[in-house]
Amino acid sequence: MEQRDLRALEEQCIQECAPPCTAACPLHVDVRAIAAEAARGDLDAALKALRKTVPFPGLVGRVCEQPCRPVCKRGEAGESIAIAALERACADYGALKAEKTRALPKRNHHVVVVGGGLSGALAAHDLARKGYTVCLYEALDPVGGSLWSYPEEVLPHALITQELNVLETLGIEFHLNTRVGVDLTLDALREEHEAVYLALGASATETFGLELDERGRVKIDPITYATSRAGVFAGGNMIRGPEGRSAIQSLADGRRAAISIDRYLQNVSLTASRSGEGSQTSCLYTRTDDVAPLPLVPMASPADGYTRPEALAEAQRCLQCQCLECVKVCEYLEHYGRYPRKYVREVYNNLSIVQGTRTANRFINSCSLCGLCAQVCPTDLDMGAVNKRARQAMVAQGRMPPSAHDFALRDMAFSQSAAFALARNAPGADASDYVFFPGCQLAASTPSHVRAVYDYLGGALPAGTRVGLLLGCCGAPADWAGRADLAKSAWEELREQHAALGRPKVVLACSSCHQVFRQNLPEIEVVLVWDLLAKHGLPGLGARPGQGQTVSVHDPCTTRQEAGVHANVRALLTALDYQVAELPRSGARTTCCGFGGAQWLANPEVTRKVVARRVQEGPADYVTYCAMCRDVFAREGKRTLHLLDLVFGHPGQPGGPGPNWSQRHENRARVKRQLLKDIWGETMDGQAAYESIKLLVSEEVRARLEARLILDEDLQRVIEHAERTGRRLLQPQTGRYVASYKPTAVTYWVEYTPQAGAFLIHNAYSHRMEIVEDEPAAGQGGVA
Amino acid sequence: MTGTVHTAPLPDLLCARCNVPLQLAKVNVAYLGNAFPVELPKCPKCGQVYIEEALALGKMVEVEQQLEDK
Ligand code: SF4
Ligand code: SF4
Ligand code: SF4
Repeated sequence: MEQRDLRALEEQCIQECAPPCTAACPLHVDVRAIAAEAARGDLDAALKALRKTVPFPGLVGRVCEQPCRPVCKRGEAGESIAIAALERACADYGALKAEKTRALPKRNHHVVVVGGGLSGALAAHDLARKGYTVCLYEALDPVGGSLWSYPEEVLPHALITQELNVLETLGIEFHLNTRVGVDLTLDALREEHEAVYLALGASATETFGLELDERGRVKIDPITYATSRAGVFAGGNMIRGPEGRSAIQSLADGRRAAISIDRYLQNVSLTASRSGEGSQTSCLYTRTDDVAPLPLVPMASPADGYTRPEALAEAQRCLQCQCLECVKVCEYLEHYGRYPRKYVREVYNNLSIVQGTRTANRFINSCSLCGLCAQVCPTDLDMGAVNKRARQAMVAQGRMPPSAHDFALRDMAFSQSAAFALARNAPGADASDYVFFPGCQLAASTPSHVRAVYDYLGGALPAGTRVGLLLGCCGAPADWAGRADLAKSAWEELREQHAALGRPKVVLACSSCHQVFRQNLPEIEVVLVWDLLAKHGLPGLGARPGQGQTVSVHDPCTTRQEAGVHANVRALLTALDYQVAELPRSGARTTCCGFGGAQWLANPEVTRKVVARRVQEGPADYVTYCAMCRDVFAREGKRTLHLLDLVFGHPGQPGGPGPNWSQRHENRARVKRQLLKDIWGETMDGQAAYESIKLLVSEEVRARLEARLILDEDLQRVIEHAERTGRRLLQPQTGRYVASYKPTAVTYWVEYTPQAGAFLIHNAYSHRMEIVEDEPAAGQGGVA
Repeated sequence: MTGTVHTAPLPDLLCARCNVPLQLAKVNVAYLGNAFPVELPKCPKCGQVYIEEALALGKMVEVEQQLEDK
């Protein structure tokens, strides 16, 4: 990932954008934080949050015109938050700790502010805080300007005095009863001060010989508020005029002018990066269609504003606007406690580390690459795509943890080996019109379905259609593991096999295979079994096993973009006489079962959460059309049926737990052996020596083996080796043997007792660390 | 993973091939190009080493993961 990709991705996530209220506020008051504190009942903290932006917190809630309120998202679910009233309540009931009006170190610059209204007061405050020596000229006594024109019950006079007191605390020098332009000239002021802010108020008629605009008011630069005279700035109601009067704009003008004056005196650009100042449109997305509406909290006595409890209740209505659309639907993103803007930075850092710990390895490998995030994101950010690229980069850097995908890759290798892989035209045919590619997991989960579909195709397709069989793996595990090399060679092999079969149309029974074929083998024409079933009709005419029963459909995540498939599956269920109760997340917004992307391998804890959430989304039995999804949910105790179980029946107990990992291998091998024999009349070659080792495994030990991902063939290899070479340890009291063997990267240990031609397994475990042997037994290297 | 990792008492295992009890000895274990000396039960004659379950699933996995993230 390049730096600029990172930037672009970071910007794509808008979670950190200011909420609408803050963006619209010309001073960017953090309304969300204020409401959060107030909702907790901490009005002191709420007041502190307000004070952070506004030095006169007691005034603002009483005079602000609330440009924030019409854009408040609460308005989409009830009424907008009474923001100013809430701010007023903070000031009324909250207390600030003794203010440390800590100004920056004194600067050797003198500035003057003309006009002691809100705008001048704020500019004087900001400049004094920045360390400038500030003189404030006010035509009347005391300062406050138009603040004094508010009725006492709206704005008590004592409050004005108290709030503006901060100016004196800051050491601002007051020149009261002094009219600039009458009692002294701008020239005279300008001579003694390096910069001037003119903020005389709406009724001011004095224009100081400055350039005027078409309304006859002092003309200012809209960004910097600079007038035509160097070092002289102007703002507030004297620029806006009586018709444009605004308390909050006056405050904001004062702040903007202070920034300009600071930059002017520091001799830096007045115009650079100022686009964020003033009222803005928020770029934050917050979903409200799922929010229950709530009306405004009324005031018992409007003149007194909110009581404390009323303010709390109103604050609790605030939605605390944020996006997190992806985090809300993805347990994985939720699990790590942050959101994509942060995550992409962590992924990037992880890829850039030269020395030190790569803390995001597991994060990157824990994503199921399901694409739901992109589906719900207002800007289509796809963390799955980010993580997949990151995995490829890790592999390229030689930094992919070997343990992360090893089990899945070995499973894939098994499916590609002679034990399962097969490419055959129909008996007697020298090419195929169609070829059935069941994929590895359907064959592993319910082997009888492979034969059933194959036979169905022969019967349902027009007479004379030549249907071949292709067994193997689509390469998805390699793709998920970032192993572009292995994935490419898997696809190359499929391409060659497909060509050798006469380029038939490929019938798929797994949506992951389907996705892989579509994305990586676009020249091969593919069709899903469900689509064929919908088109050519169900076998066993008239069978309607559903009998009106209600089921819920779990759409596999790899069908996300396949609306046609979703529709066909539901049509089939209707034809089978089932009622469908849709899950809250289905179709394009369906979830992954946790098998995708090898999430379950990298992070079983996250997958547990994923599955736990999914299985409680609907009370009815689930129907799905991915063998892995089915087995995952069924293992968690959720009765889940494969669509093919409904169409073709199930030889065992439909809906229950699927086979264990060892049986999955066996089932694949059996599918091949059986079909070769039944359809082509061929028998397979003999087995490897270890395959004849008979194992006795109790249920308890089996559960442990499953959790540790140890297969029967691993045990068989260890025992075959130990018994053949004699390299084993003996526990004399129990007569148990302990032996280990390292077929490739993992060393397996098995505790066993030979028993009447078989081997009773007591325990097994594994590790990846190697024992460096100093005395390797002759000819038996690599044995622990 | 340095020094004596093996803290459990020596298991009363015999090397089934040499028919002698295992003895604690310095053994090197390695992962991803990093090697560490550890003390493990070992056959004094043929050098066969024993790694108990607690070590394999405890400290070893921990170190494996640390090294994988380096
Ligand atoms: S959906 Fe997620 S990635 Fe997209 S903007 Fe919202 S928080 Fe960011
Ligand atoms: S709901 Fe709260 S955070 Fe959202 S816009 Fe309104 S006040 Fe701001
Ligand atoms: S698991 Fe799916 S929704 Fe979650 S981040 Fe990965 S691709 Fe996106």
